[in-house]
Amino acid sequence: MPNYRIHKTEYIDETKRVSFKYDGKTYFGYEGDTLASALLANGIHLVARSFKYHRPRGIVSCGAEEPNAICQIGSKKDLTEPNVRATELELYEGLEASSQNCWPNVKFDIGGINNFISPLIPAGFYYKTFMWPKSFWKKVYEPLIRLSAGLGKSPTEPDPDIYDHKHVHYDVLVIGGGVSGIISAKMAAKNNLKTLLVDDKKTLGGSTIYQNNESVKIDDKLSSEWLKNEIQEIKKLSNLTIKTRTSIAAYHGYNFLLAKENLTDHLPEEKKRNKIRQRLWKIRAKKVVIATGSIERPLVFNNNDRPGILLSNSINKYLDYYGVTCGENIILFTNNDSAYETSISLHKKGIKNLIVDLRKSATSELIKQAESLGIKIYFNHVVTNTFGYRKINSLEIMKLSEDGNTTVGDKIKLSCDCLGMSGGWTPMVHMHTQSGGKLNFRDDDQVFLPKENSEDQISVGSCNGDFDLENVIDKTVNKINKFLDIDNQDYQDTNIICSKENDKRNIWLLPNKIPLGKTKCFIDFQNDSTAKDIKLALKEGFRSIEHVKRYTTTGMATDQGKLSNMHALGIIADTAGVKMGSLGTTTFRPPFTPLTFGTLVGRNVGKFFEVVRKTSIHEWHVENNAEFENVGQWKRPWYYPKNGENMHDAVQRESKAARESSGILDASTLGKIDIQGTDASEFLNRVYTNAWSKLAIGKCRYGLMLNEDGMVYDDGVTTRISENHYLMTTTTGGAANVLSKLEDYLQTEWPELDVYLTSVTDHYSTASICGPNSKKILNKLFPNLDLSDENFPHMSFKEAKLENINCRIMRISFTGELSYEINIESKYGHSLWKMCIEAGKEFNLTPYGTETMHLLRAEKGFIIVGQDTDGTMTPSDLQMDWIVSKKKYDFIGKRSLYRSDTIREDRKQLVGLLTDDPKEILEEGAQIVSDVKSKPIDMLGHVTSSYFSPNLNKSIALAVVRSGKTIKGQKLIIPMEHKNINVTVSDTIFFDRENKRLNA
Amino acid sequence: MFLINCPFCGERDQSEFSSGGEAHIVRPKQPTELSDDEWAEYLFMRKNIKGIQFERWNHVHGCRKWFNVVRDTSNDKILSVYKMGEKPPVNYK
Repeated sequence: MPNYRIHKTEYIDETKRVSFKYDGKTYFGYEGDTLASALLANGIHLVARSFKYHRPRGIVSCGAEEPNAICQIGSKKDLTEPNVRATELELYEGLEASSQNCWPNVKFDIGGINNFISPLIPAGFYYKTFMWPKSFWKKVYEPLIRLSAGLGKSPTEPDPDIYDHKHVHYDVLVIGGGVSGIISAKMAAKNNLKTLLVDDKKTLGGSTIYQNNESVKIDDKLSSEWLKNEIQEIKKLSNLTIKTRTSIAAYHGYNFLLAKENLTDHLPEEKKRNKIRQRLWKIRAKKVVIATGSIERPLVFNNNDRPGILLSNSINKYLDYYGVTCGENIILFTNNDSAYETSISLHKKGIKNLIVDLRKSATSELIKQAESLGIKIYFNHVVTNTFGYRKINSLEIMKLSEDGNTTVGDKIKLSCDCLGMSGGWTPMVHMHTQSGGKLNFRDDDQVFLPKENSEDQISVGSCNGDFDLENVIDKTVNKINKFLDIDNQDYQDTNIICSKENDKRNIWLLPNKIPLGKTKCFIDFQNDSTAKDIKLALKEGFRSIEHVKRYTTTGMATDQGKLSNMHALGIIADTAGVKMGSLGTTTFRPPFTPLTFGTLVGRNVGKFFEVVRKTSIHEWHVENNAEFENVGQWKRPWYYPKNGENMHDAVQRESKAARESSGILDASTLGKIDIQGTDASEFLNRVYTNAWSKLAIGKCRYGLMLNEDGMVYDDGVTTRISENHYLMTTTTGGAANVLSKLEDYLQTEWPELDVYLTSVTDHYSTASICGPNSKKILNKLFPNLDLSDENFPHMSFKEAKLENINCRIMRISFTGELSYEINIESKYGHSLWKMCIEAGKEFNLTPYGTETMHLLRAEKGFIIVGQDTDGTMTPSDLQMDWIVSKKKYDFIGKRSLYRSDTIREDRKQLVGLLTDDPKEILEEGAQIVSDVKSKPIDMLGHVTSSYFSPNLNKSIALAVVRSGKTIKGQKLIIPMEHKNINVTVSDTIFFDRENKRLNA
Repeated sequence: MFLINCPFCGERDQSEFSSGGEAHIVRPKQPTELSDDEWAEYLFMRKNIKGIQFERWNHVHGCRKWFNVVRDTSNDKILSVYKMGEKPPVNYK
């Protein structure tokens, strides 16, 4: 097996050999490797097939910007992870990784045929091709495209890993642990500011930490040695927290940032177990220092995507940090000085290399150093083509014309096994722009830079466009002193010597003798968009960068265009003849690198996903086999199946029992608001549609609450307990919103009212007993209470004692039966319920759930707000005009009830529906029409509630239908998938129209 | 994510608050006297300014008090916070 690990470094522990599997084959690396460096050490460059053309692709970079080396980790259904960048994944014993987007394997991939038919797949191919015939989209095109689209495979089972969230507050957050970040953190922490330094890598130091060129010296030391010393020093600072393997995902307003800390992704399987995998940090910082550095740019020339073509600086890092060389005969193609550092490093390790430089000449210290070492430099030359299928084996270069627009002279063919490219550097302004910052364009080296630094945020180092080390350190120190309003003298006497770049030349799309249409000059490696695609988009009339981006998909892959956006912009600017700075950039959106869903949700999974509210009687329901329904956060008994009953049978039995003898419902979840104060009656007058002033003490009244737009908002019964004291009930789901709404009016519109509101929903438990035998059961529970209709009529309230405990009893009914609601302090709720059950035994007291409650009230035509209403129903639409006071001067929503729209007669109105076949049960939500032949079919409304009534022995339904009030008796049709159901419009009250049963 | 300085509790995370839209829209004292258009003006019309906007906020997961906020919607900076019933700061008009 070839070994490209050619020297020892302090970052690779050669005593700790690590075995891993890649595409099923076992390889070895060392602790400290990334998957990418370990693969390169084994001579593996080819790691992927490109997305569209399935071209062989290799590792390009050494960091978050990697477009090609993304792989599938693991193969377990619950733990496999797609789209992991091999350049960021630290190697661990037992790691299993595989390449994506290829079949049968990365070396021989059937999809590679796309490369040969690529002239047929231009930009916008899918938009243009799969339009016709229209009917093919759903059955033919979409399934086929879906089959071949996508990169990795999602896990198919729940994620078993543990994730965590942490909230922190700091005076200063420093993002990035390179030289400028370390200086900033040290200055902040030494000046008594509580500081957090985060870096996405395992070790601090950025790119300076492996810098070993003799021309760069700080205080007479190699810059890497100097920096190591600085790192040792900051580790001693007590008010500095350093988090490595931690990357900022998002920078929101008010210096609120999200960071992902990687805790176990670098550990072998057995050490990961039962540990928190990743932690999401929610950081509030008074001040933020952005020191995120810059990313090297590729160059755009024909066939610039072959395996073995990497960014020049990445070759340098693999060599000096990981001890791995990317080839044995390397060519560096550059337009700036930084490739010379790589060249000199390679030369020192004995790796043959030469340089092709766009620039006509260059004169800095680095270039002189390279020249003196005898490194061959082709100035004013450009790479025009590369060769080699699975890995580069040679390339052609040509001389550039004077203006750089074309090539001249003869082709020179050079052999190589690796090509490093350097198109200059792009400052990572993502964090600055995510926080709302704007950008300026610097023409000199064609970079976008943070426009202004605000008082709570600053960019330093190369993300601010300061490239050479002297510039970086001097400017960082000055800016941080000013930004933090401190006077730190630590770097006053630091002596920095470094090479200064004097010559610049950039060409976004390099010239070539071959017509552009026949070249493959890749811009976005991951989404396979080429310079040709960008030009085509411009030719077809796209101008905005946002449109070109979407049409060509440039910059829309998982790497979010970290390597491609600038080139796309440059080519657009050049082609359209506009200044690049005037084009602006596309929007940088969080997250900076992909996040797992697990990290985002943290511990809020499974039973912690949402708050669950249970009544004090819940355990009894569980013991008695209840099925539960979620109503808001509440768990409510839905029905109580007996002896294997299905839901229908259980509900029929419960409903019959409630009407024939007695039933009991846990009504504790209804919202309860305690209202007190001298203006309580006036307040109720204003919030309900009906009048309240004359409600006698000890009486109850049903009320309908509207929004200011006249639409029904909530309903419920309110009881006058004493002169200035009411107890309001609301719907279960509406309780919190009603309280908020009432508080809003009290605090903002009517602060003069003397009213106090308290939510007492959780304070009382409620057992509601209904049915003809309910009075007998009550009598057994409260033998001293006079239950006669004279003393305790319908819609009234009594206080009574159950043994020694006070109860509030309301005689109110939602079922149409004689009915009592017993309220007791929640801690006694369970006992009360059991006593009721015990007392009711001889009367077949049957517990019933929400489904039976809904059925019973539907028989009576009582609405459920939120089921029969949807925020567009007025009281009149509900045929409830009787509850709207004509006398009251004002109440919430009154004026809206006679707006031109609310008095329309063809509004949807509540009606009853009876099916022609009494056994046919309608589906709730089903559409209602009068004519199925005309097209388009005129929709008249929809079914809101539907049940089979055991007490009427037929199907009943409520519905909202256009002009419903005026069409009683009319025949309508419910069109279903396989049949049409005939119905007749009826009254909304199906059962006991005379309300005789209330006093039965 | 804003940091909002509740006039009753002090600086708190935005997640504790709910927004109540434009401030200083007074509910008409005599709605029945209004034409449909005048009522619609109160009911539906909101300015939705890019720039300095007066808003209502409720510390719903805190003291539950409503209060007013002056916010520059172009950069989300909160410029001033004041209690219900207090006069809006004049320097932002």
